[in-house]
Amino acid sequence: MAAPGAFLRRVAREWTRHARGIHDMRESVTPDSSQKRTLLQFLSSYFHDIEVLREYLLRMEIHKMHWKNRPVSSIQEKYGPSIAGALFVLKQGGSVKFRDKEWIRPDGRGRFSSEFLGFQGVPVEAVDASGCAINYQGLDHLLPLKELRSLWLRRCPNVDDWCLGRLHPLAGSLQELSLAGCPRISERGLACLHHLQNLRRLDISDLPAVSHPGLTQILVEEMLPHCEVLGADWAQGLTLRREEQPRDTGSPVSA
Amino acid sequence: MFRRVLQLGLGPGRLTRGLGTRRGSFTLDWEAQVLEVKKKLRSILPGEPLELHDTSHLPPEHSDVVIVGGGILGLSVAFWLKKLEKKRDAIRVLVVEQDHTYSKASTGLSVGGIWQQFSLPENIQLSLFSINFLRNINEHLAVVDAPPVDLKFNPAGYLVLASEKDAASLENKVRVQRQEGAKICLMSAEQLQNKFPWINTEGVALASYGMEDEGWFDPWSLLHGLRRKVQSMGVLFCQGEVTRFITSSSHMETSSREEVILKRIHEVHVKMDNSLEYQPVECAVVINAAGAWSGQIAELAGIGNGPPGTLQGTKLPVEPRKRYVYLWHCPQGPGLEAPLVADTSGVYFRREGLGSNYLGGCSPTEEEEPDPANLEVDHDFFQKKVLPHLAQRVPAFETLKCLMHPQVHSAWAGYYDYNTFDQNGVVGPHPLVVNMYFATGFSGHGLQHAPGIGRAVAEMVLQGGFETINMSPFLFSRFYLGEKLQDYNIL
Repeated sequence: MAAPGAFLRRVAREWTRHARGIHDMRESVTPDSSQKRTLLQFLSSYFHDIEVLREYLLRMEIHKMHWKNRPVSSIQEKYGPSIAGALFVLKQGGSVKFRDKEWIRPDGRGRFSSEFLGFQGVPVEAVDASGCAINYQGLDHLLPLKELRSLWLRRCPNVDDWCLGRLHPLAGSLQELSLAGCPRISERGLACLHHLQNLRRLDISDLPAVSHPGLTQILVEEMLPHCEVLGADWAQGLTLRREEQPRDTGSPVSA
Repeated sequence: MFRRVLQLGLGPGRLTRGLGTRRGSFTLDWEAQVLEVKKKLRSILPGEPLELHDTSHLPPEHSDVVIVGGGILGLSVAFWLKKLEKKRDAIRVLVVEQDHTYSKASTGLSVGGIWQQFSLPENIQLSLFSINFLRNINEHLAVVDAPPVDLKFNPAGYLVLASEKDAASLENKVRVQRQEGAKICLMSAEQLQNKFPWINTEGVALASYGMEDEGWFDPWSLLHGLRRKVQSMGVLFCQGEVTRFITSSSHMETSSREEVILKRIHEVHVKMDNSLEYQPVECAVVINAAGAWSGQIAELAGIGNGPPGTLQGTKLPVEPRKRYVYLWHCPQGPGLEAPLVADTSGVYFRREGLGSNYLGGCSPTEEEEPDPANLEVDHDFFQKKVLPHLAQRVPAFETLKCLMHPQVHSAWAGYYDYNTFDQNGVVGPHPLVVNMYFATGFSGHGLQHAPGIGRAVAEMVLQGGFETINMSPFLFSRFYLGEKLQDYNIL
């Protein structure tokens, strides 16, 4: 335990810091007292050192995600973009299918066979990156796969609206896209799927960030007329209170 | 107990009587001094207030940097100053904002668009930097225990339509944009019709469309996120109005033996709301990020006081200009894929939300400029200037012409910090008032360039030069030299 003098100095510093902020919005930011606070959270409101430690831990988490999505340029030069992309997906824990070959999946321990390193010139047909930590940076590896037919990004925690805006180079070949369960995708990202004119199957079920799933489903179906859209039923979220109003009029006007 | 001992020991009764009898001439002085010492001791003791008057609503007396204006540009400069400082808490930054509800600030009233389709390479680089910042916003603005910032970014793209006579210049611009790294595609009228069947392509020869990184977002969430992060980094906020600068001048000679008067701002007087109370804040650097009111702040510092045609007489040509934004409902309008469309006539619109609502407006010509004294909306402007072009370009909007139901849901007006010289921003120090830096005058695209501008000004203040993006064409001196920095894609 630090000496009482040092403790008092730290506490005094915290108090004066709080008193200095004129229109202090800290109250709106600190968690309400009904929520359970961890020990570190409790200590960080009294000790500056713990606050710095928590900021450091937060930065480390972000850095870990970046590290997972780092570019594999050396592999790309040696083997070509399709094998580099396949290697990236397999390392993250996803599965890859080359044309006319079987699915390559990592086993429970993350190991996978390296036979695909010999598949020169064979295009990648399908990628299943469900549950992987792929993000905007990591999509760099998938965009050169010009003959990709189906892409599954189910339950990816880091795929958000920005990533969907990046998928347009795959418009020529992509026929199947699955985004089920991604927590960060909203209807705004779904709007930029209109570039993918060859899409035949789109799965947008179970997207928690989409505010009106039924209405979004209708609008996406209108946007992509040749595509079969799997998702929420259009009547989901509507109450059967009045028979003469079957359609939800959408989000309230916000100015 | 300690207090009682003090009272006994320093009571005016004992000591003064004792000493007064010895040396009569010192009596008065001694009493006053004793009272002072007592006051000071009382104030140092714990449990008593630190000052005799409560000054917690006033800004501090000293601050290294004072940023005038707490909108998106001011907060962006504050953020980068704190991010780029060499040691933790090395500089003290104070942000002075006259209206903490931001009711008239351009940031909150903005349409929120961001695009890379400019003709100046610096503007394109600023947009690219800003979009990268916004994409990684939750890493830049991460505050422990706070919810992540949700910008509500719509990556729908920006579509610029050009008639026959503008087609060649549009192609050149797109070439420059692609060189800088923006992903823009050019479409002929036919391709445009195929992609967006709801457009009437009559009169359109060429269109440029951003495939990625363009669209619109919610400026309030960016402002709130920045404010939260900047407060957690230790920046001080104050609500007040800057009424005076205390400056000192020094006569210097240039290398060609011409005499110049260089001024330095020493103090900023910040007046509190609804009172005559003011606090003089001693500062080293002042940043003018006051948006539509930057011209007044510059005048307070004496910029423009001199014979016209000289550097002393060059005013800051930024003034507020009122712009209207209208929100209407059209059930058969363009669907989810509608981008931010900028028509050949200068009218622009975008989709808002999922309920077939659209936002749009138009920049009036010089003769039609509305009076910026208030933020009242002129609905006739929509009927006469905006609606005809809208209905011509998107036939589905013809239904708005029927006056049976009021189709315009709401409208508001906001200010552009309009640069009357060349409609591009001013960044960097003033050549004569050496410690005032500008970050203003962006005439409608301050919001989308804010992260880049903030970084440029912070680098100028901390390192003396621009490092990430070379913003030297945006310096103040171009107003004196008459070099216009024209960008032909202003909305």
